[in-house]
Amino acid sequence: MEKNWILAIESSCDETSAAVIENGEVILSNIVASQIKSHMRFGGVVPEIASRHHVEQITLIIEEAMEEANVTYEDLSAVAVTEGPGLVGALLIGVNAAKAVAFAHNLPLIAVNHMAGHIYSNKFVHSMKFPLLALVVSGGHTELVYMAEDGSYEIIGETRDDAAGEAYDKIGRVLGLPYPGGKIIDEMAHKGKDVYNFPRAMLKEDNYDFSFSGLKSSFINKVHNAEQKGEELNANDLAASFQASVIEVLVTKTLRAVKEYDVNQLLLAGGVAANKGLREALSDVMAKEAPEVELVIPPLSLCGDNAAMIGAAGFVEFNKQQFAGYDLNAKPGLLLG
Amino acid sequence: MKILAIDTSNQAMSIAVLENEKILGELTTNIKRNHSESLMPAIDGLMNDLKIEIQEIDRVVAAKGPGSYTGLRIGVTTAKTLAWTLQKELVGVSSLKVLAANATSPDRYIIPVMDARRGNIYTGMYRFIDGKLTAVESDTHISAEKWAEYLSKKDGEFLLIGEDQQKHIETFKSQLNHRVSSALPYQHLPRASVLGILGLYSEVEEVHTFTPDYLKLAEAEENWRKEHPDLVGESYVEKI
Repeated sequence: MEKNWILAIESSCDETSAAVIENGEVILSNIVASQIKSHMRFGGVVPEIASRHHVEQITLIIEEAMEEANVTYEDLSAVAVTEGPGLVGALLIGVNAAKAVAFAHNLPLIAVNHMAGHIYSNKFVHSMKFPLLALVVSGGHTELVYMAEDGSYEIIGETRDDAAGEAYDKIGRVLGLPYPGGKIIDEMAHKGKDVYNFPRAMLKEDNYDFSFSGLKSSFINKVHNAEQKGEELNANDLAASFQASVIEVLVTKTLRAVKEYDVNQLLLAGGVAANKGLREALSDVMAKEAPEVELVIPPLSLCGDNAAMIGAAGFVEFNKQQFAGYDLNAKPGLLLG
Repeated sequence: MKILAIDTSNQAMSIAVLENEKILGELTTNIKRNHSESLMPAIDGLMNDLKIEIQEIDRVVAAKGPGSYTGLRIGVTTAKTLAWTLQKELVGVSSLKVLAANATSPDRYIIPVMDARRGNIYTGMYRFIDGKLTAVESDTHISAEKWAEYLSKKDGEFLLIGEDQQKHIETFKSQLNHRVSSALPYQHLPRASVLGILGLYSEVEEVHTFTPDYLKLAEAEENWRKEHPDLVGESYVEKI
């Protein structure tokens, strides 16, 4: 089989990443420079600072990806880059660097949706069997995506307010945890019990949408009321109760969609796919309730933002010969499909 | 030596190709449009017109700031990535010096002006000394009021240059009276041909570490540094 190597670049938020991917499924290199330590100073990602870090890193990271993969520009078939969604100033660095590399070496340019990238990170684990359903959960998104075939995306449900990851970050702040709080809350949840019975928003509604802002408010109220009364709440129990609500809603609605849409596979994707509680709950429920549907969960190393996934999703566009022009721009609010 | 020069520091976009001091082609636009959409098609179009391949370029020259943060990053990212990926030389030139070089008066100080909002400007102080454009003061971010006051204590005459000078000319006139004047209308736009010639005589940069001269920290960074003077200079980006 012919080998197609794609250089992929990702800079949508606070990670500068470049990768070289063979045929959309083999990682030859995947270099990620994280700015998280920088943004921890501010309790969240500061867009202007993220953009500045990307300019500092971009050529270094691409060079390292090319060297580690041991490929030359003549070996490459295309350059793929995240065009959105994300922070506009951050996206622009990857987009302009990708255009410069494509122009300099006369390579086709491929524009990739960041969320499609998250879904395709599963391709490094397992081949995709359509039709399939993907649960994409991150700091900016919570979506159920139906895919009839490669490169086809239908959002059948999404959050109406906060993304699940966003809710984690916000309650992390209330608990006084360093940013980003998600991983620590997950660990605390495993030590606590679901005793506070936070609401399960939209659980019974006849759609696949989510809402996490009510849960967040209810959490904040609980903590503030206790503070006013001088009551001590168990932080681990708070984390466990919060996480139980998020997971129950995600898992229940996903399972319902899996059955309704009669899919062959369920893929988990996005930064929150690293959440141990979610991984366990989804595995348990799927094994019990839908054993005929294959559950694919990406390794932790591919849950966060990375360019390898952009190379995998970009290969789908490459096969369709779907290329972008030199006027490619960043699209911060880009939707899937 | 063939040079590609790029200036996207502000609303105007200018690119040029030179063979040493000879200008082979230049494109300058001055409309409100996203540089990310127009820069690479413009470079592609100009190179095509000139029948020059990008691989033939020996040196890429970028206007490195100050200016619009986003604009600067588009030009600098494009320039540094081109230079790095083609293994060519990279040179950065002050965006204010590019404006100053449009003036020709050897008998006065040239004051390039870019608006920096809230009464502030990016500016500098240049003068032709022995025929060579020289920075008398470092480029700076300052309130127009304070800069005018500072200049008023100096002897000599001043020429304000740059598209944004008209927003601030009255502030300068009130302190400098007849000692200040505006450059001619055709001198206010940055020209990449001028940038290219300045770049021909400037030092080559280290490509990987080249970043815009913003002349200003991001606000969050500035506040943080005030509170943590002991931690400034640490590295905050790491490979994972």
